[in-house]
Amino acid sequence: MDLIFAGLEVLYRWDVALALLVGSIGGVMIGAVPGVGPAVAIAILLPATFSMDPIVGLTLLLGIYGSSMYGGAIPAILINTPGTAVNALTTYDGYPMTLRGEGRKAISIAYTASFIGAIISIICLISLAPVLAKVAPMFGAREIFLAALLGLVLVVVSHRGQSAIAAALACLGIFIGTIGLEPVKYTKRYTFDQSWLASGVDLIVVVLGLYAISQAFTLMQGDDVKTKRVPLGGGMFQGLREVARHPRVTGVSSGFGVMMGIIPGVGEFTSQFLAYTYAQKTSKRPDDFGHGSVEGLIASESANNSVPAAAMVPLLALGIPGEELTAMMLAVFYVHNVVPGPGLFQNQMDFVMAIYLALLFLNILVMVFLLFSTNALMMVARLPNRFLGVGILTLSFVGIYSLRNSATDCLMAAAFGLFGFILKRLSLPIVPIIMGIVLGGIMEAKLRIAMARVKTPFDFIDRPIAMALFIFIILIIAFQIRGAVIQARRRKEAQWSTRPASRRFGMLLSHRKDFLLTERGKRLRAERSMLSRPSTDKD
Amino acid sequence: MMSDDPFPASKGPQRGQILFALAFAGFAIFILSNLGNQTTWAPRTKLFAQPGFWPGVAGAGMVLFGLMHLRSLRRGKGLRRPWIRREDRTEARIWLQPLEYTAWFMIYVLAVPRVGYLPATMVFAPALTWRLGYRSPRLLWASVAFAVAVVLIFKGFLGVKIPGGAVYEVLPDGLHAFALRYL
Repeated sequence: MDLIFAGLEVLYRWDVALALLVGSIGGVMIGAVPGVGPAVAIAILLPATFSMDPIVGLTLLLGIYGSSMYGGAIPAILINTPGTAVNALTTYDGYPMTLRGEGRKAISIAYTASFIGAIISIICLISLAPVLAKVAPMFGAREIFLAALLGLVLVVVSHRGQSAIAAALACLGIFIGTIGLEPVKYTKRYTFDQSWLASGVDLIVVVLGLYAISQAFTLMQGDDVKTKRVPLGGGMFQGLREVARHPRVTGVSSGFGVMMGIIPGVGEFTSQFLAYTYAQKTSKRPDDFGHGSVEGLIASESANNSVPAAAMVPLLALGIPGEELTAMMLAVFYVHNVVPGPGLFQNQMDFVMAIYLALLFLNILVMVFLLFSTNALMMVARLPNRFLGVGILTLSFVGIYSLRNSATDCLMAAAFGLFGFILKRLSLPIVPIIMGIVLGGIMEAKLRIAMARVKTPFDFIDRPIAMALFIFIILIIAFQIRGAVIQARRRKEAQWSTRPASRRFGMLLSHRKDFLLTERGKRLRAERSMLSRPSTDKD
Repeated sequence: MMSDDPFPASKGPQRGQILFALAFAGFAIFILSNLGNQTTWAPRTKLFAQPGFWPGVAGAGMVLFGLMHLRSLRRGKGLRRPWIRREDRTEARIWLQPLEYTAWFMIYVLAVPRVGYLPATMVFAPALTWRLGYRSPRLLWASVAFAVAVVLIFKGFLGVKIPGGAVYEVLPDGLHAFALRYL
């Protein structure tokens, strides 16, 4: 209880309250605009928060992070276009409900499920805080190294069907992080004797390029999407009743969100996958899923909205970001010399509690705001795509140029923007690059410290947490390899069983000839059988 | 349209994939082959603490996983098919299209320290809006309003570090200080 009061004391400031208000309402609006998303908004605002107090800057960014998914549900449900990537699953049951004339009811369910998911998550974390404060100091250099490695491995394996390229892009991220002066020996790495590379590639330049500028290019290069206006039906408070009718789905989905949020590198998509699959398998009406199921909508929204609070755990307790948004927040900590990790939980528990309480307040603020502003937010969601691209490009300039007033940074960001545009065109993941840069830096520093005290390889994992993390990493890699082998075997079997017809002209002619000959053969055999006398012999 | 499976196993279009994979593998090999030139070997230092250790790990990972990705693409397409097809070349041309917007962006970047943040933004946003084909006065005025709002919020209110334009020097003293601080 004392901790909660200490946290409230940290938050009791007019600038924190303003940041909370601006962040939460701004986050909802950003989430409601398809094509912007919290990553772009946080990337743009990041340099602006450097001049603020850490708690003010973090509250602003947390507001955007925690509230964007609420906003993202609006276009997902009403116009079948997810406002943020994690709302994609919401379209499966939300939009069919809108087509049925239950749009307002679907939105209300999404808000209520999101709110309850977030509150459950925050309550879990506030209750867990004393435990975490005891566990966090057990993490030394080798445990943090292994936890960062685990995060990177999980980021890679969570990209199903793209693991190889995700791993390659994570390695690219690690490589980008090493460019410039090496921090211990002060030797140059991959600068190619270019002075502008000596100070390295700033994380914010990469983030703004890969997220903001690439998104601007994608929007400007595409066409404006025309959306159909569907009359909204149902009441805004019906969601409360519907969510109250499915406490099991809401509770379990939020639980998945909390668990997946705490594990670095997993996040919203896996929690949604587990929650949705669970809800479908245990539902009395599984066939409704994907066609406007209330349970499906509750599962996806409560699972994704319980992640942001949980994702703060590895960041605050170990200094390891679980995904790209918390990686960006890590930059705010570093700028203000607040080092997240075991020390933060031991020495600044009031600060940690203040962050959790800020998350709690922002969810309440957002819920109140949304109940009265959904119609107005629909106007924001209908902004023309290419015009949005102009806006994002204009805002990206502020983010990059305000770092060092460097045109070279802008050029580098534009180059990363082009690279991000290509990745988006090919549906290849961007997250591993960011995680590679952030976690690669942590891994390099921690491995150097850890290896100084290690005599034999086994010394590295002779502590219980290190051993547990090591076994976990090995198991994940083993399962991944097993999955790849099974997939390859299935593909080969499928190739053998259904060999596709060739489309080459010569092969087509050959097939035609075979067919004609076969047909002719059949005809001739039939004629001959008519001519030949039937046998009267008995077997 | 929606499919019945919300969690499809395979992702992404096929066009351009092989081209990207080839370019990535080539870049990775270039990075790894330059490890000796671009990093130094520190004497009396353990392997893990060598300046080249992590770039080496990253480079080796890029080569290994990049080639694995390339191999999986070739297997998926069928090994007898040509490496680069017509749709790959079309896709590559699309990749180059944002170069125009990059040029717009860089002109804007270079203009800001000369003509000032507010004037440059007030020209850049509506001009790019016009270039994208919007002709309605409502949207063009909206782009001007957006430009003014961005400058006032970020430079005026949040105080982000963006230098004043060289042309502000010709302004009278009072206005000069105001323009440097807020515009």
